[in-house]
Amino acid sequence: MQAFSYVSAKSVSEASAILAQEGDNAKVLSGGTDIIVQLREGRRSAHVVVDVKAIPELNELSYDAAAGLTIGAAVPMHRIYGDAKLAALYPGLMDSATLIGGTAIQGRATLGGNVCTASPAGDALPTLIALNARCVVASANGTREIAIENFFAGPGRTVLQKGDLLVAFKLPAPQPNSGAAYLRFIPRNEMDIAVVSAGVSVQLSADKSTFIAARIALGAVAPTPLFVPEAGAALIGQPVGAVAVNAAAEIAKAAARPISDMRGSAEQRKHLSAVMTKRTLEIAIERARA
Amino acid sequence: MSRKISVSATINGQENEFLCEPRQSLLEVLRDVLNLTGAKEGCNNGNCGACSVLLDGVLVNSCLVLGVEAQGRSITTVEGLAGDELHPLQRQFLENAALQCGICTPGFLVASKALLEKNPNPTEHEVRYFLAGNLCRCTGYDKIVKAVMAAAEEMRAKA
Repeated sequence: MQAFSYVSAKSVSEASAILAQEGDNAKVLSGGTDIIVQLREGRRSAHVVVDVKAIPELNELSYDAAAGLTIGAAVPMHRIYGDAKLAALYPGLMDSATLIGGTAIQGRATLGGNVCTASPAGDALPTLIALNARCVVASANGTREIAIENFFAGPGRTVLQKGDLLVAFKLPAPQPNSGAAYLRFIPRNEMDIAVVSAGVSVQLSADKSTFIAARIALGAVAPTPLFVPEAGAALIGQPVGAVAVNAAAEIAKAAARPISDMRGSAEQRKHLSAVMTKRTLEIAIERARA
Repeated sequence: MSRKISVSATINGQENEFLCEPRQSLLEVLRDVLNLTGAKEGCNNGNCGACSVLLDGVLVNSCLVLGVEAQGRSITTVEGLAGDELHPLQRQFLENAALQCGICTPGFLVASKALLEKNPNPTEHEVRYFLAGNLCRCTGYDKIVKAVMAAAEEMRAKA
């Protein structure tokens, strides 16, 4: 591997100062499951690697019924799905956290890494969009929040600027009668990259007969994870059932603009966009009713 | 070339201090600096699990950890499994013929140890799911899964 220096930053300001000074020559090390491979294979280069795992704010994992959930950007998947309370509150997030890589990857891989790697097929991304996550970003100019659906600029690219550090995600507390789910289509049983994926959340009326809110996002069908607000909007006010679900699935399919590659053709991905939207909505509805 | 850094870590229960470059993976440090050659380099990109070790009790691929990240941490490799006798997992792997070439075996043993510490009574499905990140190109997986189930049963009986 190419030579670089290593800093284990102890504070947000220390890390963002190095990122501001070094720019693209600095690479953030969180779980390392992507960046170490990229550095080893020469796909990315670094003069300095900034390990952010010792920064307290990036390790926070806390829930408050009023403030919602805060997940530090460097919290690994095993901590997320290892928390029984969070598993009950955010089953959609658990769907993603438990299928990113195998057990050893989940011991290291982080939500912040999945988001900053910005693969259109990243398994946490549609889920975070469905759950209305906000990204807390720190720089020398202070802290700002970016809605997750506005965080991605293209394959492997985010809106982060020189000196920006992704600190944490904020997720609202689950509403009553709500449910979320994530599914991906892969040709194997496990351990693969999504051909198409869908993350959805729904909120039902108190008698659970009508949709009152919904968010739908697709993975691997566009240069970035794709938020389809019109698909969720189409559900609002509709009776819970196959008619509304199928209509939303068709809207998601229409929004998908996939390419053909080794994992699947554009035509197959179009078709799967409707199928995966329908299936995730059915799971989310079941969870909302439980 | 960047300067070597001094790192202190507990490895298989023993305090250890070593020098490494930031670019060296924990796997390279274990094998080339500390002469602990149990963890194997298979794919070197996190797909095969042959380099599995426990980092503060959490299963990780040591090819995806920098050696410098081990500062102040506790690492268990396959060399740390046996005491005076083989670990039940190691003995059951032998008794069930759960290896041929053996390259994947250290990783499977460490991953299985992590599984049984978390879940002493796993179903076959749970064993297969937990070990999905460990690849074997010789035996198929049936004998490995049988060995893990047998070791789990033995360890429960003793507990």
